[in-house]
Amino acid sequence: MTTTSTPNSRFESPHAVNQSLRGVGYLADEGIAAVVFLADRLGKPVLVEGPAGTGKTQLAKSVAEMTGSRLIRLQCYEGLDESKALYEWNYKKQLLRIQAERVTKEGETWEEIEEDIFSEPFLMPRPLLEAIRATDPVVLLIDEVDRVEVETEALLLEVLSDYQVSVPEMGTVKANQVPLVFLTSNNTRELSEALKRRCLFLHLDYPTVEREREIVLTKVEGIEESLADQVVRTVKLIRVLELKKAPSVSETLDWARTLVLLGVSHLDTATARETLHVLLKHSGDIDRAAKELVAVRE
Amino acid sequence: MTETAEVLLGEGLLGVFSDFIDELRAGGVPVSTTEVLDAMEALRHLPIEDRQATKLGLAAALVKQEGHWRTFETLFELYFSLQAQGLGTMTGDGVGGEVTNLGDEQGLTASELAELAYKALMEGDPELMAALARGAVDRYADIDPGRPVGGSYYVFRTLRQLQVDALLARLLATADQAGGLDGLVQANDYRQRLGLLRDEVEAEVHRRLVADRGAKAVARALRRPLPEDVDFMHLGKDELATLQRTVQPLARKLAVHLARKRRQRRDGRLDFRATMRRSLSTGGAPVEPRFKAPHRSKPELWVLADISGSVAAFARFTLQLVYALSSQFSRTRAWAFIDGVDEVTDFLRRADDMAHAVHCINTQADVIWAEGHSDYGHALSDFVERWGRELTARTTVLVLGDARNNYHAVQTWAMAELARRSRHVWWLNPEPRAYWDTGDSVLAQYGAHCTGVHECRNLRQLRHFVEEMP
Repeated sequence: MTTTSTPNSRFESPHAVNQSLRGVGYLADEGIAAVVFLADRLGKPVLVEGPAGTGKTQLAKSVAEMTGSRLIRLQCYEGLDESKALYEWNYKKQLLRIQAERVTKEGETWEEIEEDIFSEPFLMPRPLLEAIRATDPVVLLIDEVDRVEVETEALLLEVLSDYQVSVPEMGTVKANQVPLVFLTSNNTRELSEALKRRCLFLHLDYPTVEREREIVLTKVEGIEESLADQVVRTVKLIRVLELKKAPSVSETLDWARTLVLLGVSHLDTATARETLHVLLKHSGDIDRAAKELVAVRE
Repeated sequence: MTETAEVLLGEGLLGVFSDFIDELRAGGVPVSTTEVLDAMEALRHLPIEDRQATKLGLAAALVKQEGHWRTFETLFELYFSLQAQGLGTMTGDGVGGEVTNLGDEQGLTASELAELAYKALMEGDPELMAALARGAVDRYADIDPGRPVGGSYYVFRTLRQLQVDALLARLLATADQAGGLDGLVQANDYRQRLGLLRDEVEAEVHRRLVADRGAKAVARALRRPLPEDVDFMHLGKDELATLQRTVQPLARKLAVHLARKRRQRRDGRLDFRATMRRSLSTGGAPVEPRFKAPHRSKPELWVLADISGSVAAFARFTLQLVYALSSQFSRTRAWAFIDGVDEVTDFLRRADDMAHAVHCINTQADVIWAEGHSDYGHALSDFVERWGRELTARTTVLVLGDARNNYHAVQTWAMAELARRSRHVWWLNPEPRAYWDTGDSVLAQYGAHCTGVHECRNLRQLRHFVEEMP
């Protein structure tokens, strides 16, 4: 079950993870650091769940950057099948091979040809197999796994628990190393128990005020600390409202950038209302937030 | 694995750990054996001295659903943090400082405490907050040793005597003076800090209770149903708020689910071109036929909700569900009824938020025909007469109510007509199955015409319905 026979120790401690993530511009919190640390030590995939725009995909990218690994990404969608996720036989090449065989050598038996056409050169690896076969360090990102059907989920199980892929014609391909695997989910449906059991679970919510302020300060050039503070606290206020789509971190950043460009140094109600459309994308949401922001005056 | 066990045993943790797992399972969190082994392995790697990292790491291995986090956190605090300090007292390390600290604050007078509380809430300094919680629990909680309670009363007593409500009012007044956006943001901060203070006091009370009776007994007293198991009929105010957050994703799931079902069907006509193209891979023999994806019209969802007094709590939830649905489906229509029936689609669509929508429906919708007690017979027949013609073979109807008809005429023909004109009729009943068809409940008579009748008393059942619905 577990792959602890080959202990990984890419990182020293959760704290070290946090520091290196910071080094590549991803401000993690303690939870993220602890889970990434454990994923490495236990050799288990991480299932990252949470609202859109909280940096789920970015986490995998940043971990790849931090460990100097290649990122292999499998974007999930409805109707994804094994020929897109695992591998496919290059049938055109196989056909050519058979025909070439006919012309050149008469005596070859079918068995020999068959053995030949179901071999490495005719195999087209898709992301999962590619990640398993990689000899260089890789991070595998399985994005939006909740989009595939329940039946397709089963495709992932072998890869996730044993880090191997079975190709009936060739045998089992085992991983040379245990790659770091991240699965992201927007929670549009309940994932199967079998999948959840094999993963470590990380719920990524909107960041705390302190963390978001830090994110704004690092990512937005020329913003003053007092403005950054006002921006994130106002966003926090807006996030608790019932909205169709709560502002994501990247939208907070957009808003902060807009305010800096406009030369605002202190956010007041009027400015906030005029620029709300950067933060919110539904007209209903904008009205709702605008109403909330003036409520205190009356 | 045995190595891990030894390490744990060495620190006297294994027993605590297995108790902890037992209690998690008893609380309804599904923890498999694999996950327990993972958690033990995780404990071996995690730096035990970093409590926060240990907690979050363990959670990653054990808790796979966000709704279960609170149960985990409470139990973790009981079994590990608080327990560890208990152990510490025995061996005499680490906790000494805390004990003297407690001694210091014992001397605080009521007015000093109040001043400390004001300062703590004003500045939001976590250490100040913790000190305040300790002092306040010392002075006000008046914990009665040996009583098998979870301590929520002690928390309540402490906070009341601290007069936090008056404090908050004072703080909000200063925020109001600041005015504008700053004031609004400040007010929000104060409310949040008050929540933090509550948590601190609760943690402190739990700590004392664990020291008094041990983690296991306290955990048992604190056992609460998971959010998904709370009965809709007995929802508290806080739980309604939590529900609101859970219903939204569920509505999205329902929307995705219906849309997916539609696309998955493959009973269309043969796609000749695609089949030929595909046959190239098999040397021209059409081994794999391809079909055209059938053209399907969008499903319509109609919701009929009973909003009478007998299902008041459920009704609020129902409206929440409908509200969430209408933001996901463009073709959702909703009706509310008591003994009359009125369409409320526009109220839900136009309203800014749930509270506003409920207010509009309660004041403006014309749902009372005679006396304001539910009359399913009249409401349904009225509905069929006024809107029945707009039903089509694509319409799925969802009826939400307890079918308690107050002994009025049942008028089953209306239900039969409704079922005949629509694709599916589903009935969701918030009552326990055992109560169905007792007294004035006439569910069986309506149910005979429905595609399905389901008990829907909590989120778990609702989720089940959403996921299993054909």
